[in-house]
Amino acid sequence: MASQEILREEPSRGSFVNDPKVRSLFFQALVVVLLVAGVWWIAQNVIANLTRLHIASGFGFLKGRAGFDISERAIAYSSDSTYGRAILVGLINTIIVAVVGIITATIIGFIVGIGRLSQNWLIRKICTVYVEVFRNIPPLLVIFFWYSGVLAVLPPPRDSINLPFSSFLNQRGFYFPRAVWGDGSWLIFVALLVGIAMAWFVARKARQRQMATGQQFPVFWTSTALIVGLPLLAYALSGFPLSFDYPKQSTFNLTGGFQVSPEFLSLYLALSCYTAAFIAEIVRAGIRGVSKGQTEAAAALGLRSGSILRLVVVPQAMRIVIPPLTSQYLNLTKNSSLAIAIGYPDLTATAGTVLNQTGQAVEGVLIMMAVYLALSLVTSAVMNVVNARMALVER
Amino acid sequence: MQEHDMSWVRTEMALAQPAPASVRGMGAWVRTNLIGSVGDAILTIIGIALVAMILPQVINWAFINAQWTGPDRSVCATVAQGGIQSDGWSGACWAFVNAKFGQFMFGTYPIEERWRPILVAILFVALLVPMLIPRVPRKGLNAILLFLVLPIVSFVLLVGGMFGLPHVETSRWGGLLVTLSLSFVGIAVSLPLGVVLALGRRSKMPIVKMLCIIFIETVRGIPLITVLFFVSVMLPLFLPAGVSFDKYLRALIGVSLFAAAYMAEVIRGGLQAIPKGQYEGADSLGLGYWQKMGLIVLPQALKLVIPGIVNTFIGMFKDTSLVIIISMFDLLGIVKQNFSDPNWATPQTARSGLIFAAVVFWLFCFGMSRYSMYTERRLDTGHKR
Repeated sequence: MASQEILREEPSRGSFVNDPKVRSLFFQALVVVLLVAGVWWIAQNVIANLTRLHIASGFGFLKGRAGFDISERAIAYSSDSTYGRAILVGLINTIIVAVVGIITATIIGFIVGIGRLSQNWLIRKICTVYVEVFRNIPPLLVIFFWYSGVLAVLPPPRDSINLPFSSFLNQRGFYFPRAVWGDGSWLIFVALLVGIAMAWFVARKARQRQMATGQQFPVFWTSTALIVGLPLLAYALSGFPLSFDYPKQSTFNLTGGFQVSPEFLSLYLALSCYTAAFIAEIVRAGIRGVSKGQTEAAAALGLRSGSILRLVVVPQAMRIVIPPLTSQYLNLTKNSSLAIAIGYPDLTATAGTVLNQTGQAVEGVLIMMAVYLALSLVTSAVMNVVNARMALVER
Repeated sequence: MQEHDMSWVRTEMALAQPAPASVRGMGAWVRTNLIGSVGDAILTIIGIALVAMILPQVINWAFINAQWTGPDRSVCATVAQGGIQSDGWSGACWAFVNAKFGQFMFGTYPIEERWRPILVAILFVALLVPMLIPRVPRKGLNAILLFLVLPIVSFVLLVGGMFGLPHVETSRWGGLLVTLSLSFVGIAVSLPLGVVLALGRRSKMPIVKMLCIIFIETVRGIPLITVLFFVSVMLPLFLPAGVSFDKYLRALIGVSLFAAAYMAEVIRGGLQAIPKGQYEGADSLGLGYWQKMGLIVLPQALKLVIPGIVNTFIGMFKDTSLVIIISMFDLLGIVKQNFSDPNWATPQTARSGLIFAAVVFWLFCFGMSRYSMYTERRLDTGHKR
């Protein structure tokens, strides 16, 4: 250690100017000086501009009365609520559309991605067309297409399109029966939780037994029976507390039921379709990345094609798939900010309104950036955990 | 002895047998590709049903029932909607696209000055095509013309205000002109900026490295809309009172910075894939940092990540449509703006306009991705592991 230190300090570099250490220090000092000067200059300008515009800086404005309405809200909100609450409503809307969109995009993406590798020529071609179409047009265009091209030209409420399960589709959105939970319905949720817990337990036991004895146990059917059956049983036992509020036709509008606005619908559909095309490519690459020998070896062991896919190919493909899948999830979350173009009140839209009303540009943009960064970090943290569980355990 | 010899050597080749019927011809193709198993057959039936359901409708709508020319909305509306089509008619309103074509291409660029963007487009194509075809010689001169001379010429031509050309404000630019010019400048700025950021992120100087990481990760973590908000709302605050940026320039800054962060990550991937021996080899030859990077490392690294770079370009091309948020009108923005024209407002207008825009975007993006695949194959020198 000591001898190395001595060696390193040997001053045989010739000129002082050519010493890499000195140079690196000099350049870094230069960068710092420039940066500090730039920030100081900007700060001076910002302060001058803000005093000129009579805008007080700071986050105090979040407590002020918002004075604007938000059409879609998951929590109580009125125009008398604070700016802070308005931004919170927007954040919740962003999270809702992101979560629902991620789930749908993953399902479509996996179906299409596996379809692109199908033996079936027709299915392969249909999936290829889907991917190539959606990958090469801007997401905003897809959103507009759903919004102005499809949903806006649906019939008005009195000629609503009837869909199964007494749901309706019209210009004002999608209506479906709303579940009304009566007394004792908590029992159903408890039963559901118990069912899931038992299913997990059964799966664990079955796995242990298979490892020990090689005997298999029909885990899938047992779990389904537990997860579906227990809540049904609870439903019957607690005296059928669940009823539905059906949307009903009145003269000019539909009343009752649960309404999904066209803004949400078009954003959700567009983000799902668009991201699914990218996920499909990732899934395809992942499955192709599993070497053919794996499939052949599994077939040689006598596994059926379904089992080969489930037990051999997919677990290995997932290792390749998960990192890029994470970045697609992040992209979907970030693309949900396009909501502002069609007036869905997501975080960007509400924060943008707040920013315009109060003039607190710096704080507004900072809040937006901080929240999106936080969302990104949370998503990638979750996916990192999944990735760590999936990753190859090397011995 | 001779007559008891059982051995027999064939002296002429056996005639080639035709392949068995089960592996050739239409029948076999259908068997393996469409009805290989029961599940496959069911999928095929579902697929055929799907195609049979959608395709005729699409063709009917887009071609057979479509209206190609017309003076105003009446050609694209049914009688009940105040037009001339019979009730229940549904077809594309290409007449709308036809009537607004000039706007979709140039926005509200003055009509008598539109030869200028057209000239720029011709110059651009004339320089780009030889650049893209590998066999055409003089790539260096071509690149200088395309990336240094053309931007200056285009700037003079498009903005005007000198050499007797009347000045055209950027607020009058629109349509495909904005989409293409934003993405071209964005590409030209973000690639070198991305290289610098990627090198900075791998630099041994901790402060430079940290700054690059902070910039890259922050920009990658937020949506482009937020970046555009940032440049459109906060940039004016950052500058002394009275100094203000053109809106177009602001959008350009936002889009370029955004793309540069993604580009930096792509290029970093390439830099990491270059074996250490290449760096050390360059060092042992006595090359300086920039010589090492410019002559040895970057040429190899960039070649490795061409697909990623082109993907970033495609992403940026698509992202330029977001400038609508800061009320600039690129192709998509101008199409959307024209929906509200009362002369053309029919239920079919929005669809037709959007599909036209989608086709234009699609052609550019698909073209780029195909070209990148071609380049990738061409440059593949067998170093893939």
